[in-house]
Amino acid sequence: MNALILRLLVNRVALALLSLLVVSAVVFAITAVLPGDAAEAQLGQDATPESLAALRHQMGLDVPALERYFSWLRGMVTGAPGTSVVTGMPVGDMIASRLPNSLVLAGLTTLLAVPLALALGIASAVWRGSWFDRLVSSSAVAVVSVPEFLVATLAVLVFAVQLRWLPALSSGGVDSGASLADMLRAFAMPVLSLCCVTMAQMMRMTRAAVVDQLKAPYIEMVLLKGASPARMVLAHALPNAVGPIANAVALSLSYLLGGVIIVETIFNYPGIASLMVDGVAQRDMPLVQTCAMLFCAVYLLLVTLADLCSIVANPRLRHR
Amino acid sequence: MSSLPLPARPARRLPLAWPGIAGALVLLFWVAAAAIGPMLLNANGGDLGGGDVFAPASAQHWLGTDYLGRDMLARVIEGARYTVGIALAATLLASSIGTVLALLATVSAPWLDAVLSRGMDTLTSIPSKMLALIMVAAVGSSLGMLVPTAALIYIPGTFRIARSLAVNIHAMDYVTVARTRGEGRLYVMLYEILPNIVGPMLADLGLRFVYVVLLLASLSFLGLGVQPPDADWGSLVRENIGALPDAGAAVLAPALAIASLTIAVNLVIDNLPGRAARGAKGGR
Repeated sequence: MNALILRLLVNRVALALLSLLVVSAVVFAITAVLPGDAAEAQLGQDATPESLAALRHQMGLDVPALERYFSWLRGMVTGAPGTSVVTGMPVGDMIASRLPNSLVLAGLTTLLAVPLALALGIASAVWRGSWFDRLVSSSAVAVVSVPEFLVATLAVLVFAVQLRWLPALSSGGVDSGASLADMLRAFAMPVLSLCCVTMAQMMRMTRAAVVDQLKAPYIEMVLLKGASPARMVLAHALPNAVGPIANAVALSLSYLLGGVIIVETIFNYPGIASLMVDGVAQRDMPLVQTCAMLFCAVYLLLVTLADLCSIVANPRLRHR
Repeated sequence: MSSLPLPARPARRLPLAWPGIAGALVLLFWVAAAAIGPMLLNANGGDLGGGDVFAPASAQHWLGTDYLGRDMLARVIEGARYTVGIALAATLLASSIGTVLALLATVSAPWLDAVLSRGMDTLTSIPSKMLALIMVAAVGSSLGMLVPTAALIYIPGTFRIARSLAVNIHAMDYVTVARTRGEGRLYVMLYEILPNIVGPMLADLGLRFVYVVLLLASLSFLGLGVQPPDADWGSLVRENIGALPDAGAAVLAPALAIASLTIAVNLVIDNLPGRAARGAKGGR
């Protein structure tokens, strides 16, 4: 770790924080300024000007948009993002009760998908052109080019309906007090579907990164000096591919955010994405804004992490 | 200018390999279904067939019936109109706006380029599904709003690709020559740069089309896209999810229709002659 790397890392993190700030402005502009007057929408067409003005004052709509944005931002940062207009509950509490479920789902998916995708990606890069590579690569392309809900629906069809191994609906929740076997069965379908969606991307990018290294001249040298294929891959190619692979893993995990919206809805899983979908359907703006900021923050975190990985793992920067 | 002898063209072969032709045929089929399909059906798609709910495929109903007993084939062909139509409109809108902005950014002052590029980068740092959900929450999901919503989401991607292509062309000598002989910015944009980036941009258009189809299907599947009584393929899957336990045609047909459309477009793009650059895609 030298000064140059440190400076690059600090720059990257600062850039991410700046992006998040601009994203918050975009989210606020779309959800609070674009739809027009919330008071008018709530009272309907035949509201008197007096009652409109009163409600506007009560909702704080009579202050300029910029001022509203800053007070909204202050609420977001201090963890008090307002109350839901539908249930009247604090948005913070609603999210806090759902967040652990989503984190468990994402965590389990990561634990399962990352090792599997890396193994498949490296294997198909080493045996590229073989039937194994063609099978794995074309199924990955197939999964990428169909919508997530199709993958999830087909998974239900195969594992729950035809084979009857798993229940189709997740009774869901971490604290359902069920036995370990029941919990595993409840999580199996959502995790399985999410894994398919994330693994396809991760596998393709891993394969590309390793193939890139295996084509390099130094690998030919390794072969000429008589190293075994296992040594060639594990000791020579992989250390050089770590940066791109770590980058691929973090980027693919950001695809998980899109998948989790569909998967939580289709399996009726009580997580934060299904909370947001309900919020959109009911036009519960404070809830939608908060969930959106949460998702954007995680997305930026993962993308930044991907960048940091490739900076740290770049040997040219390391040995300056 | 055109007096220079052109190198002889290689012998002309079939422009597409066979997977590309298969893809093109499927694509053509769905476009035709969207354009003239509803006219060919004897206008009974909307009314309740009075038949059984989730009936299996039969001579009368080739794909069985849906959750209200309507003919599924008619529903899928009507759905093609929404899926293909909205996605095509949104893609064309996104692609043309993105390309025009990119051309502007290339030939204009550096500050405009910087502002446009940074602005687009910010939009890309919101995941596409999240942006779609926020837009639907704000402006609703009428047919008239779905097209601009989907277009907005994919403008940054087309902008980025068009700009990187246009900047390369802009550095060419013949552009400098055109500027030196006194051509205006508009001329350089339209007659020097645009013709040279149109090929790759068309390939990109196909790829965006796939992304838009997938996004719209997902939105409709969540119940936030095309609203009943209209139904695109995503809504058809959502409506008929009750047929899933029996693996009924009512839920499989629209799902497979989506898959066939997106895979067909991918096949066509992958087998285009010259394989226009597919790199640097902005993620969906």
